[in-house]
Amino acid sequence: MMQEDMIQILKPNGELVDSALEPKLSKEELQKLYHSMVMVRLLDERMLMLQRQGRIGFCVTCLGQEALAGSGLALQKNDWVFPAYREYVVALIRGMPLLDMMGQYFGNELDPLQGRQMPNHFSHKETNFVSISSPIGTQLGHAAGAAIASKIKKDKNVVITYCGDGGTSSTDFHAGLNMAAIHQAPCIFFCSNNQYAISVPVEKQTGVKVLVDKAKAYGMRGVRVDGNDVLAVYQVVKEAADRAREGKGPTFIESVTFRMGPHSSSDDPTKYCPKEKFEAWAKKDPIQRFQVYLEKKGLWNEDFDKKLKETLKQEILEAVEKVSKAAPPKISTIFEGVYQDMPYHLKIQHNELLEEAKHKGEFIDTSEKFPL
Amino acid sequence: MAEMTLLQAINDGLKTEMRRDPNVVVFGEDVGFLGGVFRTTEGIQKEFGEERCFDTPLSEVAICGTAVGMAVYGMRPVAEIQFLDFIYPGFDQIVSEAAKMRYRSAGQFTCPLVIRSPYGGGIKVGHYHSQSTETYFAHTPGLKVVIPSNPKDAKGLLISAIRDPDPVLFLEPKRLYRAVKGEVPEGDYTTPLGQAEIVHPGQDVTLIAYGAMMPIALEAARNVEASIEVIDLKTIMPLDIKTILDSAKKTGRVITVHEAVRTCGMGAEISALVAEHAMEYMKAPILRVTGFDTPFPYTLEHVYLPDAKRIVMAIEKVMGY
Repeated sequence: MMQEDMIQILKPNGELVDSALEPKLSKEELQKLYHSMVMVRLLDERMLMLQRQGRIGFCVTCLGQEALAGSGLALQKNDWVFPAYREYVVALIRGMPLLDMMGQYFGNELDPLQGRQMPNHFSHKETNFVSISSPIGTQLGHAAGAAIASKIKKDKNVVITYCGDGGTSSTDFHAGLNMAAIHQAPCIFFCSNNQYAISVPVEKQTGVKVLVDKAKAYGMRGVRVDGNDVLAVYQVVKEAADRAREGKGPTFIESVTFRMGPHSSSDDPTKYCPKEKFEAWAKKDPIQRFQVYLEKKGLWNEDFDKKLKETLKQEILEAVEKVSKAAPPKISTIFEGVYQDMPYHLKIQHNELLEEAKHKGEFIDTSEKFPL
Repeated sequence: MAEMTLLQAINDGLKTEMRRDPNVVVFGEDVGFLGGVFRTTEGIQKEFGEERCFDTPLSEVAICGTAVGMAVYGMRPVAEIQFLDFIYPGFDQIVSEAAKMRYRSAGQFTCPLVIRSPYGGGIKVGHYHSQSTETYFAHTPGLKVVIPSNPKDAKGLLISAIRDPDPVLFLEPKRLYRAVKGEVPEGDYTTPLGQAEIVHPGQDVTLIAYGAMMPIALEAARNVEASIEVIDLKTIMPLDIKTILDSAKKTGRVITVHEAVRTCGMGAEISALVAEHAMEYMKAPILRVTGFDTPFPYTLEHVYLPDAKRIVMAIEKVMGY
């Protein structure tokens, strides 16, 4: 499946394709990448387990796509991210605290989003990681708009947005790429071609052989990258971001990868995806490949790895322990934040709900009642 | 004070706010160089440049999606949809993205945008340039829906809409664009959102209307013996429930008027509110004077649209009950 016209820095066996291509990353940056990739894999394992146990309602995983971390590292602090739902490693590497993430999985009073969205629909203001919605592709137009805004305000901020192979069929894909190209906006469209949109293979999604061809229709620079090669992902996003910052316009990136797990906790990929595909892609695992590279640099060994995983697992367990015991959000949170100021009709409805709770004998602090 | 048409007042409102706030940008199909198909944005590109007033590709989803992204980023976009009938490709962006951004992010991200669009019939341009589908949007938590009926309000409400921290759909009664004139204060002023106005006080019947129906509601009120209290809603989401209920309790007779189809229209919502909160005051059934539950006809639009006579018939009905 791997196409030769794809940018690759690390071969699947972890060797450098060409040492001239190697990005100049510091020891700390390389460790940060590895740390984030391992963290998100362990987090996915744990959250899927908690979902199976009925402790959280739903989850999404990014198994096999952890090299997305490279795209997050390539951005600057003030850049903006308009994610789909499988790129939370980008939020992690940009500094979203694990506890905030854990709160969102549980949707209780420790959830920064106050239980308003199903799990994995993160939002994190401090890292400009914009709130996620479920309909496919909707964020692509937002990114174009934000990038145009950055250009108008002369902020020099770059905007990155993500979608999958399925997302390239959405109306917003066309709208967003077209708009960004017309304005030569500082925008990066990062498409993780993970071969499946739930059960529909990419061959049934589009008539083009490679998704990067779609960029041509918008007069946009297109790049195809090995999405399981974290160094290559970093490099192409870094180049796209540098170009965007210099006023050279948007880039569409097709990142060729594979979803090694289910679409979500509600999905069973064995029903539609032959196991040979999983076996073939398992050999291209992004974390293993990066390990080999780090080992050669003297930044990885089995003992280090064992200790790192123990530490991260402990961190996850502690977050689960801390967050899972919290109470549900207050019922007033249903009505707050629909608008900045609560309109009269919502105050009426809020008070009705308090009355209902009283009638049902539920303990609710009725001092919350609004004077009408 | 200067006398202006509703169209000129909107143009003046846009320019006034753009002069005050560099974050305000205006865009849409044909709004830049041409100044809009109705000329509501005339002269804006010339005064503020192509970055702050630009033509978009012919894509409502692009217009609405771009506006959401700009607003989230910190600007105050004012996007135009050329006719309300064309808005549906952008519907998802308005109802699922703009309207939900504050709530779903618990206030981390907000979406202070305005989408302006001419709505309604009366200028003989057929189904796809005449509908009044404001209820689709009024049905959406998180969205405000504003509909002015005269030049002074149009400017004041538009400036309020642009400054509002939440997304606003600003619907302009296209048949009144050049048909109504009025005194418009110069410079900067606001008309509050969410506040209705009693534009014709009365004792016997409460007549509730908005937008393009206001002139005919007033005409009807002036042509009957009964004392009619006419309310201009100005904002249909959120509704000014207090003003509606206070008047309903006073008169005991309520008639709603809109050109939108009847079923699930604003008239239905207002009737339900009155029935729930002021039933004991009612002396007659609550009536709805509306367009019909059909697509909008071309040749017979004058028959389809409510007029003063249809309203007078309703007034006679409640007075004779």
